[in-house]
Parts: sequence; structure tokens; C-alpha cells
Amino acid sequence: MNDVHKEKGTNKSLSLFFKSSFIVSAVIIVISSILLYFTFTFDIVPPILNRGIQPATFPKALLILIIALTLLTYFISLKNPWKNEKKLPNSFYITLLSFVVFIIISKFLDFFLGIALLSIIVSYFWGERRVTYLIMVSIIFPLIVFVFFETILGLRFPPGIITNLYYG
Amino acid sequence: MENLGLIFAPLFSYKLLIVLFFGTIFGLILGVLPGLGPTTGGALILPFTMTLDPLSAIVLLTAIYCAGTYGGAITAILINTPGTPAAAATCLDGYPLAQKGEAGRALGMATVSSVIGGIASVVVLIFFAPLLANLAYEFGQPEYFALAIFGLTMLASIGEGSPIKNLIAGAFGILISTVGKDFMTSIDRFTFGINELTEGIGFIPVVVGLFAISEMLTQSTLINQIFNRVALKAVKLPSIDDYKKTWKTIIRSSGIGSFIGVLPAEGGTVASLIGYAEAKRWSKKPEDFGKGSIEGIAGAEAANNAATGGAMVPTLALGIPGSATTAVILTGLIIHGVRPGPDLFREQPEFLYGIFGSMLIANILFFVLGFFGAKIFARITLVPNKLLWPMIFAVSVCGTYSLNQSIIDVWLMLLFGVIGFFMRRYGFSVVPVIIGLILGELVEGTLRQSLVIFDGNWLMFLQRPIALTFFVLSLIALSFPLIKRKKKNDKV
Repeated sequence: MNDVHKEKGTNKSLSLFFKSSFIVSAVIIVISSILLYFTFTFDIVPPILNRGIQPATFPKALLILIIALTLLTYFISLKNPWKNEKKLPNSFYITLLSFVVFIIISKFLDFFLGIALLSIIVSYFWGERRVTYLIMVSIIFPLIVFVFFETILGLRFPPGIITNLYYG
Repeated sequence: MENLGLIFAPLFSYKLLIVLFFGTIFGLILGVLPGLGPTTGGALILPFTMTLDPLSAIVLLTAIYCAGTYGGAITAILINTPGTPAAAATCLDGYPLAQKGEAGRALGMATVSSVIGGIASVVVLIFFAPLLANLAYEFGQPEYFALAIFGLTMLASIGEGSPIKNLIAGAFGILISTVGKDFMTSIDRFTFGINELTEGIGFIPVVVGLFAISEMLTQSTLINQIFNRVALKAVKLPSIDDYKKTWKTIIRSSGIGSFIGVLPAEGGTVASLIGYAEAKRWSKKPEDFGKGSIEGIAGAEAANNAATGGAMVPTLALGIPGSATTAVILTGLIIHGVRPGPDLFREQPEFLYGIFGSMLIANILFFVLGFFGAKIFARITLVPNKLLWPMIFAVSVCGTYSLNQSIIDVWLMLLFGVIGFFMRRYGFSVVPVIIGLILGELVEGTLRQSLVIFDGNWLMFLQRPIALTFFVLSLIALSFPLIKRKKKNDKV
């Protein structure tokens, strides 16, 4: 019986680590601490050129403030827990993945190919199955945007396998 | 006051009238589409404004602001989903009234009260902004520092969500502004050896990321959502009986909205909630609220539109944004090389009064377009998200790239989109990040310059009466949520 209680107690304390308030606070504090570490690597200005405070002082103060406020939020959440968020659907992860696909394609192949691929992935996985609409969203609309930016705003897009065809 | 005649200048400029017309239509479309709204739409259109002169650019943004704030009511009434956060209170009575077959009457009241609220707030702007700007002549570096701190604390205390989370978000925004070369000593901060970061992180990638891309991610979690749309035959002007019931509410809400708008916070959203609550409190039939009360619609709509002019007061007079959309407008002013503040009032009155006049015309335009075109604008909600958001992504990416022709900006936009999504998911508002980013340089610059003036003595801040007043007000603002919570607990 005692063992069962112990196990329950262990689960309770473990579940604390899986609460969103704990995870979010931990992420903010870890990132802020890393950034705080970096502030110690900033160059120091000699006193004669120093204007009021050192360049690192202000970001340091901000990061310490963020860490302190995050700790405060976390301790408040122990008393008033955050509402439980629903699990994220697959469509969210696919959209997120399409961002990664866009970054890779736009960097190594072509900026507009990246946009077209992202558009078709998002549109398809959000439920669009009609081919004409998929073509409209992934080819025709980006083409209109390209022509608009290129001709009216005079913008030059980064080189790529498709963009190079246009620029010759 | 001698500049008042300049208000009518936009009427005689065909270019400004065209910009106003398209800005109003665009604002209505953005307001109608849930998830977009004038803030995201303004952020999306910012890069395009670079092709315009500064006045046309700001007129375009303010027209989007005025019309977009009203446009949210169309969706709130017809599909029970606020097109903008500021229209959330309009759903409470607008949709029930539409369900009773009176969608036209509900939209008519929303249109009329929005216009009255909007025009009243522009009048407040015209008279109050120059006064505030005159007061700002007395401000030195320490006063501006204290004012910026006051702005951030106000945002934290009366903005949406938890005040501490708002403060964290505001501090994060200021932290982003420290990336790049230190503007006083040219020392690199948080650049991690990336050359593109030495110039700092631009406003556009952050604004578009936090608003448009994070909303796209939010929409990706809602693809199975079904809207029940109420049919609309035509918008009806309110009857004499409706005017008799609502005129006091409209006047009260216009005052509330203008006042709330002036405070640096999330203007329209807070204003509409307070306007609605006050309408209910003063109503002879409070039991009708939530069941299709015409007073409820008038109270919410007059207040949220009145906040537009109010929010422009600190934006133009002090350079402190009064709401999320005015933060975008302030970004527009900055990227066009216009620095808001008292000098702007002295040196470029035609520019300022052009904005005032344009806001008045935008209110009249959205009345006409809303009245005759609400049925058409309501059809825009039929555009499915699976087609709309990929197109918004294409515009966001190209718009962000266009400003500096930098692919790093596009990546930053996506990064801030993901950050914004998780912030919103866990109850952190993204608005303080933008305002923190805009005020960051002001906060740090004025603090450091003040310390130079004070020879490093921090206590000297307390010897400046105006700065001390702002610090005391900041403390009051910070303690306000605690008092509110204590009162709530005492009631329970």
C-alpha cells in the first residue's frame, strides 16, 4: 500500500515537469541565461569613451528582469495553474515543416520554388484537393506577386533555377 | 489652431483621395477576415508603402486602421467570430440580433455608432495631440525615459492577459532592439558573427512574423472550424426609436474609447469591453444584453472606433504607440524618416493635419462603403483559409524580403512567427514585444544620456518632477492589477 502511495507521489512530482508553465518557464530561463552569458563576452569600453553605462549593462539588466519575472510567473502558476492547451494537430506540424522546406529550397534552389512548394503543401494538407485551385495558389498567385514586386517595386529577387530563367 | 484649415487639404489632393479610397476598402477586407485585421494587414502592407511619399503612406495605414476596426463588426455580427479582437464585444449582442433576422439593423447600428465614435475621436486627436506635444517641449532625456517606462507599464497592466507576462514580452521586445551595433559605442551585441545582424533586427520581419506568420500557424490548428453564417439582405439605418435608445450610450462610449485610446495600451479591445460593460451598467434593460441588445452593439462599436483617434494622440505627439496598430503606423513613420514628437507639430503641420483630415474622411468613407457594401464584404469571409493563408505567406515573404533584399530578414520573420505562435498559445501577448522593440532605443538611449547628464547618479531621476510623476504613475499602473485581483477576491 505504501509503495502505491509512493508511486502516486512520484507521478505527481514528475507531472510538475510536464506542465506547460514549467516547460515554458524553463525554456525562457535557459535561453535568457545563455544570452546573459553572451553579454559577458561583449567588448568593454574604456571609461573615457563610456557613455553612462557599459554596452552590456542594459541587455544584462533586461535579461535578469526577464529571468526574475519568469520565476515569478512560474511560482504564481503553482497557485493559479495555466489553462491546459489542446494537443497541436498534425496540420500545425506540417505547416511548421513546410517552413523548413521553404528555407532549404529558397536557400539552395530557388526563392519562388520555395514559395510554390510551401503553398501547395499548406493548401493540400489544410484540405484543398482541387487541382485548379492548387495551381492557382502555388503557381499563378506567386507569379503575380513576383511580377508585381519585380516591375512595380523594382525589386531584384535572389538568383535561383527559376528566377535565373526570368533574368536571363 | 491656425492650422485647422489644413485638415481639408486631403480633399483637394486626388492622390490622397485615391489612397484613402483603396486604404478604406483594404481595411474593410482585412477587418472582415478573422485573424487578419488592421494590425496584421498594416504590417503586411508596410513594405509596399515604401513606393509612396510619407504622407500617402501614413494616410494609407490610418485608413486601414479606421476601416479595419469597423470591418471586424461585420464578421462579429454575421458569423459570431470577431474579425478583429476589438470586435469581440460586438459578437455578444450582434450575432443574437442577427439570428433573430435583424442582421441589417445590427449592422446599421454598428456602422452608425462606429462612425460617430471614430469622428469624435478624431476631434479629440485634433485638439488634444497639439496640447500634449506642447507639454512634451518640457521633456528632456530623463522625462522621455520615464515616459517610455510608463508606456510599457501601462501596457502591461491594462493590456490583455497577465500583467507579468506582458512585462516579460515588453522586456523581450526591448532586448530585440539591443541586437546589432550599440548606437553609442558601435560595439557588437548579440550579432554572433552574422554580418546582417550588425545593423540590428528590423521592425518589418518582427512585425510580420509576430502578427501574420504566427496567425498562419494559429489558423493551421483551426482548419476544421465551421462557421455558421447568418444571411444578410441589406444594411438598415437605425430607426428613430433605436437612436432614442442608444444616443447616450454612443456618446458615453465615444468618450470612453477616446480616453482609453490615449492611454498606451491595447486601445480598441479594452475600450470596446469597457464601453460594452458601461452600456450594460447604465441601460434600463440590462437583462437584454447578450440576447441581441441594440445598446450593446452601439456601446462596443462606438468605443472601439473611438479608440483609433485616441491611440493616435500619444503616437504622434510623443512617439509612444497607443495600440498595436498604431505601433505599426509608428513603424511606418520611422521607416519613412518621420520622427513623431513635438518637433513634428512645429515643423510639419501640413503633414499632421493631413493625417487628421484623412482620418475624418476615412470614417465617412467606411460609413458609405460599409452601408452599401457590407453584403459584398461579408462574402469575403467565404474565401477558405486553405487558399487565403498560402497567398498571405507569399505576400509576407516577398514584402519582408523587399525592404533590405535580405534573405536573413525572411528567416527572422519565420522565426518570430514561431515565437509569436507559442507566445500566444501560452498567454503572452505579442503586442508588448512590438511596442518594446519600438521603444527600445528610446528607453536605452534616454537612460544612458540621462546618466551622462546626472554623472551616473541614478537618484537624480527623482529630482525631476515630470519624470518622478511618470515613475509614480508607473508604480500605480503596476499595482493596479494587484488591487483589481484583491477586490475580486474580496467579492468572492
